[in-house]
Amino acid sequence: MIKAEELTKRRGGRAVVSDVTFCCEPGTVTGFLGPNGAGKTTTMRMLVGLSAPDSGQALLFGERYRDLPNPGRRVGILLDASAQHAGRRGREALALSAQMMGVPVQRVDTLLELVGLDETVARRRVGQYSLGMRQRLGLAHALLGDPEVLILDEPANGLDPEGMRWMRGLLRGFADRGGTVLLSSHLLAEVEAVADRMLIIGGGRIRAQGTRAELLTESGTIVEADDLATLDAALHGAGLAVHAAGGDRRLVEAEPEVIARLAIANDVVLRRLAPAEETGLERLFFELTAAGASAPSPKTDPLHLELAGATA
Amino acid sequence: MSATTVAAPIDVDTAGVHARPGLGRLVTVELRKMVNTRAGFWLQIAMIALTAVVVIARRVFGDGADHTFAGVLDVGLQPAAVLLPVTGILLVTSEWSQRTGMITFALVPVRSRVLGAKLIASIVLALTTLVMSVAVVAAGVLVASPGVDGTWSDVATLIGQSAVYLTSGIVVGVAFGAVLLASAPAIVALSALPITWTAVASLSFFADAAPWLDTRLALAPLHQEVLNATQWAQAGTALALWMLLPLLIGIWRLTRREVAA
Repeated sequence: MIKAEELTKRRGGRAVVSDVTFCCEPGTVTGFLGPNGAGKTTTMRMLVGLSAPDSGQALLFGERYRDLPNPGRRVGILLDASAQHAGRRGREALALSAQMMGVPVQRVDTLLELVGLDETVARRRVGQYSLGMRQRLGLAHALLGDPEVLILDEPANGLDPEGMRWMRGLLRGFADRGGTVLLSSHLLAEVEAVADRMLIIGGGRIRAQGTRAELLTESGTIVEADDLATLDAALHGAGLAVHAAGGDRRLVEAEPEVIARLAIANDVVLRRLAPAEETGLERLFFELTAAGASAPSPKTDPLHLELAGATA
Repeated sequence: MSATTVAAPIDVDTAGVHARPGLGRLVTVELRKMVNTRAGFWLQIAMIALTAVVVIARRVFGDGADHTFAGVLDVGLQPAAVLLPVTGILLVTSEWSQRTGMITFALVPVRSRVLGAKLIASIVLALTTLVMSVAVVAAGVLVASPGVDGTWSDVATLIGQSAVYLTSGIVVGVAFGAVLLASAPAIVALSALPITWTAVASLSFFADAAPWLDTRLALAPLHQEVLNATQWAQAGTALALWMLLPLLIGIWRLTRREVAA
């Protein structure tokens, strides 16, 4: 449904997005994660033709966005909740777009109700809206054309915890009915609970992508043992990748059971043996994106290679 | 507030999903945009109110010779002539300054269609304004009933020329807006450039060219007197320089420029 092929965008001689390739399937929510300035917004703008890529292409339903006859009826977009005329009333802003894409005006009221903007708020001018109200108006706007695809940039910004929970439910429901969702965030927690797949971007490059399980399998198992030297030798002997993980800990790229059997065979007492799950995703996110602008090329970045191998 | 309501598909016009919004619909939307913001709404109200004020002032202060249709029209068109280009500018620049372009150009990705709709909507607004201005002017003339010869002479021609005058004015505004894509610089340029140009043109070696290139000299007669062939040619060349050229540059700019990030 959404397909990015080697999207590249340069600004002032510097690549802000490099070779970004991914695919979002119907029925899934894809979380687009990365720190501020990593290239999320630029990538999303290229998907919908607001920004022209220097190379590569973006396809929706197999077509370029600008070739879709009435894109508002197939793709719902929220790229910037503040991008509304401050002097226009909330309801009028929706009614205008409804008219443009040929949607009956009654749908405006349906959606205002859905996103929880009451009549008083809808009559106010957008300039007086709080960020949370703008996000709700923006979501209503994205859903206005009854689209099959949603592309949302930081939609949780400005929403209170209750609003965030509500939005997650809405997106989940949308995907469960066969819709395709791509939503970006710089906060792992916002995306983790709802996304089926994650796309991690840092320094303009995709650092990792896959389902939560795929990403976490790669982060392996945390081990603590009384005799680390023997354990290390045994692990290496079995051909497993071992990383120091702070203190006496090791991060091993293997299932806990494999490590436990090796430990028994070598008479090593394990003090701790646990999947690196809780901390795994967060650590991964920071490691992958910390490099930022001076990101190493994928060829010399071991983590990237491992992850790319996992998803291939 | 359940998510299920979103599932309810739009029950009519499912064909519309794959049909391009027609130009007529886009024009209607652009007309709506001109009056559905606070600034846009009051700009139109101000235009009608000011027209009434100048017509009344002409009635009070002028003498019989000023109270012919031509005499009142001359001043009665001024508010529209000043404010319509500003409306034209804002129609384009607000897509950038208010960042609504992110919505407009996402819904209609072929930007030249949006610009086309804006041009047509501008012309519709100019003609509507003309009808209102002429009505106010005619009412003023009727009330004044100057009783001089030729009170109603050349009415049709003058209205036709006024249509050209107001229409070209708002199109110049759209063009300047498209070239600069920012409200304040476009409004300043639109008011300052012709003045500067008049100053330059007053230098003796430009004196011959001025009537052909200075919009203030070339277009002013449109709402004052019946034009002869030379005057039409002068209006044409001035409009080519101040309307068509900026419009071409504007089309080039608007279709390429990244929408505000």
